[in-house]
This record gives sequence, structure tokens and C-alpha cells, in this order.
Amino acid sequence: MSGRSVLATLTAIAVLALTGCGGGDDPAGDDADGRVTGTVTVFAAASLTESFTRIVSDFEAANPGVTVTLNLAGSSALANQINQGAPADVFASAAQKNMATVTEAGNAEGTPSVFARNQLVIAVPGGNPRGVTGLADLARPGVKVALCADQVPCGAAARTALTAAGVALTPVTLEQDVKGALAKVKLGEVDAALVYRTDARAASADVTGVEFPESARAVNDYPIVALKDAPNPAGARAFVAYVRSTPAQAVLAGAGFQAP
Amino acid sequence: MSQALARVVPRRRGRVPAALLIPAGLGLLFLVLPLAGLVVRAPWTTLPQRLTAPGALTALRLSVQTATLATGLCLLLGVPLAWLLARVEFPGRRLVRALVTVPLVLPPVVGGVALLLVFGRRGLLGGWLDATFGVTLPFTTAGVVLAEAFVAMPFLVIAVEGALRAADHRYEEAAATLGAGRWTTFTHVTLPLVAPGLAAGAVLCWARALGEFGATITFAGNYPGRTQTMPLAVYLALETDLESAIVLSLVLLIVSVGILAALRDRWLASP
Repeated sequence: MSGRSVLATLTAIAVLALTGCGGGDDPAGDDADGRVTGTVTVFAAASLTESFTRIVSDFEAANPGVTVTLNLAGSSALANQINQGAPADVFASAAQKNMATVTEAGNAEGTPSVFARNQLVIAVPGGNPRGVTGLADLARPGVKVALCADQVPCGAAARTALTAAGVALTPVTLEQDVKGALAKVKLGEVDAALVYRTDARAASADVTGVEFPESARAVNDYPIVALKDAPNPAGARAFVAYVRSTPAQAVLAGAGFQAP
Repeated sequence: MSQALARVVPRRRGRVPAALLIPAGLGLLFLVLPLAGLVVRAPWTTLPQRLTAPGALTALRLSVQTATLATGLCLLLGVPLAWLLARVEFPGRRLVRALVTVPLVLPPVVGGVALLLVFGRRGLLGGWLDATFGVTLPFTTAGVVLAEAFVAMPFLVIAVEGALRAADHRYEEAAATLGAGRWTTFTHVTLPLVAPGLAAGAVLCWARALGEFGATITFAGNYPGRTQTMPLAVYLALETDLESAIVLSLVLLIVSVGILAALRDRWLASP
């Protein structure tokens, strides 16, 4: 096969793939009966991994013919992707700040609504070998603590809680996300980390979550919104409504979230 | 005859086949365009104050220091390993060679976890190191060097081994016939012989160490001034401020390209 015919074949394949994509990925939205159809692409914060996986399969079961694609990552990364033109229908953020990035860029359809709240707990290795009961214990000499970096929501919340408790401590590491901090606890490299209650609950038996009163001062709101350039606007509206419905709220509560 | 050749050669050199030129050009574009994207999006007006922000310089200094130390460690251990693989016949040599390249295919984050399982508090060696010498590696600058060396050493070993295999054995044999021992042959004949390959390997190793992210943040964590290298600073800056992240990336890029270009002129004979 000559170089030219290879090129021609490749072009043909590319054209077919592109047109095929346009046809198959029909962002129809409603069909004649007003039912939701097609694909709904949901960008959701990493801390929603477990609960949204459940909610999505329930939503798909309740709406035959709908497929939901979940893109799970850090809220700030998702906000950046949306503002750079990623074809998303719904954005569920772990913090108001990252939602604001999207609304201020004019990419949200309507006003975001809070669908869940999350609080910090002290994650300690299973059995709590250091006997940690509150934030003050974390400042004891020889106690290694992992926090999230100030730039990410769990780090900002941790700072607020520590300030509220009047506890000054030097962590050994400032992790890039809550799962990173939790991993250091699981591996036994640190004695404690400040993570969300939902993350501590999802993390098997090698991690125990210790509640502390100051966490009430640093509650994280989770807003959700349909996006303006949504390829499937009807699907986006339906999914946002479903997340706020009783069955979805029950799933969130089961994962350790508080109701808004 | 020679005149005829002289006339022919330059013309044949000048004619580059399109089948090579087009993919070569596309390849170059593919590599360079993303860099151009960084340059275009860079906030040139606020560049000076972002560059001189103390956090940026601290991270840059730490990056250069740890990458250099890691390269030193790789040279110390990697050159003998490359020599062993190239010059000594032993059972299981193929397996050893495959094992050496494992860090190349391992996701760096997994490499970081593996390092924790060995050198961490509850690790195979970590507990003993702490109890016997009072040495703890996670969350320290030494830990950063270790993580970078783990990921970068295969680049050095592969480059040096290749150079050793390509080098002419007869010089070493001549030295041996003249009574030189294996060590003397290695230091006086082999090393000078493979110096260009060694330098190329070291440069590659340094560059890989400089850009290391996954193993570092997993094994050494992230703390400004102690374990926060430039790639970690870039990643965290992305959380809040895209423009800062771009500036930090550009700095890392300029410093690494500058150093690599300088070394290339100095050590590597470019044709």
C-alpha cells in the first residue's frame, strides 16, 4: 500500500469515526413522551466516588434508556476542565469555591444548590494506637500528622478547624488531596490525618474516624448545577433533581454526608 | 571518482524523502505545540513578581539539589550495575536486566508506595533503620532523593550498558594483556571509552529526576522547603491559580532546558 492510500484510508476512518460519534452520541434529551434519553455526563468531586456510583446506577434504573458517564476528579481540576470547554452536563463540586470558578465564568445554567454537607474527622490507624481523642492530641510531640494542602478544600477546612480549636501544629506533609492524606494513615506512616467523615467511613477497617467538636466550625457544602453548554440539558436537569430526591439523599446519608 | 562522489553527496543529502519529512515534522509539532501553549498562556505582565515569590525559588532550589544528588546516587550504583550487565556472564542476567527496567513501566505512584513498604515506618527495612540508626526516610529531603533515584536510575543503567556494549572490547583486552587488573581496566580504559554515553545517561537521569512527581509525593510527602519540589508546587498551584502553575512550569522548563543545553555543548560531542 502506498503512503497516499494509507493516508486516504486513515482519513476515511477518521471521518467515519467523527460522523459516527455525532450520530450515536445523540444529545436528544427528551423524547416525544417527555422522558429523558441519551447520555448524561456528570463531573463529580472525588469524595463523591462511592455515593455517586450508587446514585448513578439507581438513576439509570429509574430512567431506562439513559446512560450516565461519571468523571470523578478533584473539584478544582473538574472546574478547570469545564471552563476549558469539556462537554459536561452536570457539575457536583466538593466546595463552593470551585463551583464559583464555574459560575463566574458563566458556564452554569441557573444557580447551584447545596445537596450535601461534609465534616472533618481525625483519621487514625485502626484501633487508635496513639489514643487520639481530639485536635489537641495532634500537637503532642512525636505525633506525625498529615493534612491536606491549604489550596484544596479539605486543607482549608482543616486550617479553619485547627484555628477554631487554638491548636498549632506542624504536619509532616501537606497532601494534594484527601485520599493522599488517608493513604498515609492506612500505610501507618502518620499517626493521624484530618479527612472527611465520608472518606474515613469508606476506608475499611485499617482506619478509625475520631469525631471532634471543632469540625462543626468547618463544614463543607457540596453544590450541584446543570451546565450551560450541556449537550443533554434535559438529562442534566433530571439528574440534578434526582440527586436532591429522597432516595439519593438516603444514599448520601449512608455514606456519612449530612443533609443540607 | 572522488570528485564525482563529492558532487553527488551534497545533493543526495539535500533531498529529504517526504515519507520521512512529514511524520518528522508532525512529531516535532506534537512535542512542541503544548510548550507553545504554555508560553502563549503565560501571564507575562505579572511574571517578575510571581518568579521571585519565595515559595517558587525554594521549590526550584530543592528540585535542582535533589535531582543532582539523585543523579550522583544513580552514578555511584548504576554504573557498576551497567558494567555488570554488559561485561559479566552470570545466570539470570536477562532477568536482572528486566528487573532493572521495572521502574520505567511502574506508575511512579506505585513506586512510591513500594518504597514506603520497604523504607516506611512499618516497612521491611524502615523499622530497623529507625531502631538501629535513628534514620527515618519518609517526609525528609533524603526521601525525595531516594524516590527520584528509584525512578531515574534505569535511564542511566540502560544508557551506560548500551555504551559499554557498543564500545570496542579490544582496548580492554589490550590493557589486560599488558597486566592491568579488572579494576584498573575499568577506571583507566572502560570509563574514558564510554564517557559520552555515561554523560548522556547522567543527563537523562537528571532530567527524569527533576520532573519526578508521583513517587516523590507518595514517599516523601509535600512540605515546603523540605520535600516540595517544583513539580509538586506546580500541581498544587493548579488547584488555585492556573497562571501561577504555568509560570512555575515555565521556570522548570527553562532551567532544565538551559542546563541540558549547556551540558550537551560541554560534554557531548554534537555532530
